[in-house]
Amino acid sequence: MSEVTATAPAVAAPVRVTRSRRSTVWAAIGAVVVIAVLAYLPYEVYSGTTSLLVNFFILLIMASMWNLLAGYAGLVSVGQQAFIGLGSYFVLIAGLHNIDPFLGLPLAALGSGIAGLVVWWLLSRLRSGYFAIATWVIASICYLVIIRFPALGGGTGESLTGLPNISASLLNAYIYWVALGVTVIMLIAVYALLRGRLGLVLTALRDDETGARSVGVRVSRAQLLVFVVAAIGCGAAGGLELISQPFVQPTAAFSVQWTAEMIFACLIGGIGSIEGPIIGTIVFFVLQQWLSSYGTWYFIVLGAVAIAVAIWAPRGLWGLISERFHIRLFPVGYWLWPAGEQTRPGLSRLPFPRRAGGAGSDT
Amino acid sequence: MIWVNDIIQGIMLGGLYALFACGLSLLFGVMKVINLAHGDLAILAGYLAVGVIAVTHIPPVWSFIIVVPLFAALGYLAQRTLIQASLNRGVLTTLLVTFGLSVVIENALQQFFSANAHSLPIGSLVSDSFGIGSQITIAYLDLAIFLVAVIVLLGLQYLLSSSKQGRLIRAVADDREAAQLAGADYRHIFGIAAAIAFATVALAGIAYGMYTSFDPSSGTTALLLLFAFEAVVIGGLGSLWGTLAGGILLGVIQQLGGQINSNDQVLAGQLLFLLVLLVRPQGITSRRRTA
Amino acid sequence: MRTEDEGIAAPLLEVRDLTVHHGQLRALNQVSLIIGAGEVQAMIGANGAGKSTLLRTISGLKAATSGTVIFDGADVGRLRAERRVAAGIVMVPEGRRLFPSLTVEENLQVGASYARPGPWSIERVYELFSWMPDRRRQLASQLSGGEQQAVAIGRALVANPRLLLLDELSLGLAPVVVSRIYDTLPELLASGVTVLLVEQDVSQALRVASQVHCLLEGRITLQGEPSRLSPAAIEEAYFGLSAGPAGPVATPRASGAAE
Repeated sequence: MSEVTATAPAVAAPVRVTRSRRSTVWAAIGAVVVIAVLAYLPYEVYSGTTSLLVNFFILLIMASMWNLLAGYAGLVSVGQQAFIGLGSYFVLIAGLHNIDPFLGLPLAALGSGIAGLVVWWLLSRLRSGYFAIATWVIASICYLVIIRFPALGGGTGESLTGLPNISASLLNAYIYWVALGVTVIMLIAVYALLRGRLGLVLTALRDDETGARSVGVRVSRAQLLVFVVAAIGCGAAGGLELISQPFVQPTAAFSVQWTAEMIFACLIGGIGSIEGPIIGTIVFFVLQQWLSSYGTWYFIVLGAVAIAVAIWAPRGLWGLISERFHIRLFPVGYWLWPAGEQTRPGLSRLPFPRRAGGAGSDT
Repeated sequence: MIWVNDIIQGIMLGGLYALFACGLSLLFGVMKVINLAHGDLAILAGYLAVGVIAVTHIPPVWSFIIVVPLFAALGYLAQRTLIQASLNRGVLTTLLVTFGLSVVIENALQQFFSANAHSLPIGSLVSDSFGIGSQITIAYLDLAIFLVAVIVLLGLQYLLSSSKQGRLIRAVADDREAAQLAGADYRHIFGIAAAIAFATVALAGIAYGMYTSFDPSSGTTALLLLFAFEAVVIGGLGSLWGTLAGGILLGVIQQLGGQINSNDQVLAGQLLFLLVLLVRPQGITSRRRTA
Repeated sequence: MRTEDEGIAAPLLEVRDLTVHHGQLRALNQVSLIIGAGEVQAMIGANGAGKSTLLRTISGLKAATSGTVIFDGADVGRLRAERRVAAGIVMVPEGRRLFPSLTVEENLQVGASYARPGPWSIERVYELFSWMPDRRRQLASQLSGGEQQAVAIGRALVANPRLLLLDELSLGLAPVVVSRIYDTLPELLASGVTVLLVEQDVSQALRVASQVHCLLEGRITLQGEPSRLSPAAIEEAYFGLSAGPAGPVATPRASGAAE
């Protein structure tokens, strides 16, 4: 009876695993500074600027939500405008019942979350392509149902009532601060979700769904949670949109244009990272301000850029930066420090979608 | 008895939807591509026809002779370049690329043709009709479009099931690698399928342009993509005559819904779609569970 | 290795120092082999040893990291898989991979779509597998495993290959069925087809092949004529276990010595 020995590698020095490194501490400090500066802005700038920034925040929230859906849960939705519109209309309804719209906002977010639950129940069995268009159908249905109610303005729209009776600049400042607050809350929520077990679940799921299921990952539960959170976020964004306008027009509220903007921001910034939508929204907004005078050419170029980015730089701007400089501002992954390494860790799996078509694929 | 007329109108409208859906069904069935630019491609064909008519002065009714082959070539080209590149990178990429394409097409059309509505003038053919009994009126144009749709769909179905090229398309759709091992260049076969799909989209777009007026954003605002997709799903993926059935059912339900309340036409169709998704996601004709 | 008859005949297939990676994993490591026209050679090895990767690389579905595949004197490394079919390399892939929505006959017709001229046709396949004509209109997915394997072989044959690659014919099939399939091999060879087959079932491989190669973790650990290899040597090469503390891979031995 011969002894069977399989070779084993010599035991290596222990490898350290951490959640963050020095750069994340700087990033955290930087974030606090940025938020403080932003909070102070209404004292310093005209309300034109703060209104602009409110639009920026709204887009940032939506982009983060879309990124959560597509980049982490693998759910491509082209119908998030359903929840945006619903969010607007929930706030409108609150206002019609003499509830302060600022109080109506969390109610709207909650209502959108519940709507998200219903929609998920309807669509969860569908695979990606079907799922995507089905979300658009849902948005269309929401629009068609809402315009039947004359109390809500029917097809023409309705103004928001119930806003506090204060000076315009003060009101703008309140709206700005609320928008900033909601944005910060949503980003923290996303970060908390992804840092925890859900983040691991989602990354595993995105990398290999079958493999994830086979080790017991509750795929459907994870996706449900993400879908509902995205619905809540988009609902809040929609509510903010109404509060800042303060007029809702159904075709605009449920327009697929929202989806287009979300997708572009995520694409440019990078799908699959928290930083991506932030960068993407900034770039998108800057571009929009500079180039809006060029009208349709702006969109043509934007669309072409989106196509190019989707094919050749699928991880967007942040992906390029992150890979080049090995930084990650939101510590949701893991850093592997090879034995003895103190200053430059091996890059663990970045939470980016894996390129499809692995071994053996040809172009 | 008004119902009968509605049903007949719905059937003919369904033919148009089926023509739209045909290309989508091919692209999705063969390549697993959801073409979010589908509706816009149809409108692009309509505008191309407008341009061709302006340049060559041929009667609008015959514009398809030039536009359809042109679109077929466009489809082959698009597949060998954009679509294949996106396919290699995954489902998300194809959705994003076709979405981007949709935006580019809509805005390019607006840039070159302005936002005004256009249509393909076919003169009195639009409203000429004949009657059956006292309750039923059938417009010649509607009937013509319906017949074209039936011929195209059944013809394609025959092509797919009985010809060598059709066999290859089905084989590549089943298992791309195994087809390679049999000597088939799947990129080329995909290209052929895309060419056919684009040709049908062009037909649908021209038919639409004769039926009603369109503007650059009609691709999305007229919900053409949605109707096409709904027809495919309701009818069931995997057979083109299923798509025809789906289109017809959608058209009929829309017309009947419109009878109840003129605003509910589209909504009725959407609700039917949802119902099918919930109860029988594989469609009314399919035997397999594929949704 | 070679009989005197082969002498100066150029080999049909020559694989030189082939190295293939799946991402970071090295699946094949400097694999070399030579197959002459008319031969049957077998590749054995455990799961994950790299056998299927070798066939996939020869057939063109997988690109090699380094090394060459020379078919009939020409380097085919740059040819896409479908072009290699035209050159005469046809593979019956692992798991049959019939087109499920096509009928038996349609499967064969697809196989014949890009066929080279030669003795094989759909009719001749129907003669080889006498049960097939009656089932020609059935959907491929409705056939049993053994029947699907026969259709898969038929689909490859109608392309008139010069080199037929058979990947794990016995997978998922009952031994009796496997035997029957291997019984058709002589007729294939008689028609001028050269065969390289991959098998986990060692006994079948030893029974039919004139040369056997054993793969372990991407490297060839043993090769030779079946009659000259002892069960012990094969077992050692297959599993890579040795009595000593040094390591898993044994050097190929010409004759088996008792452990």
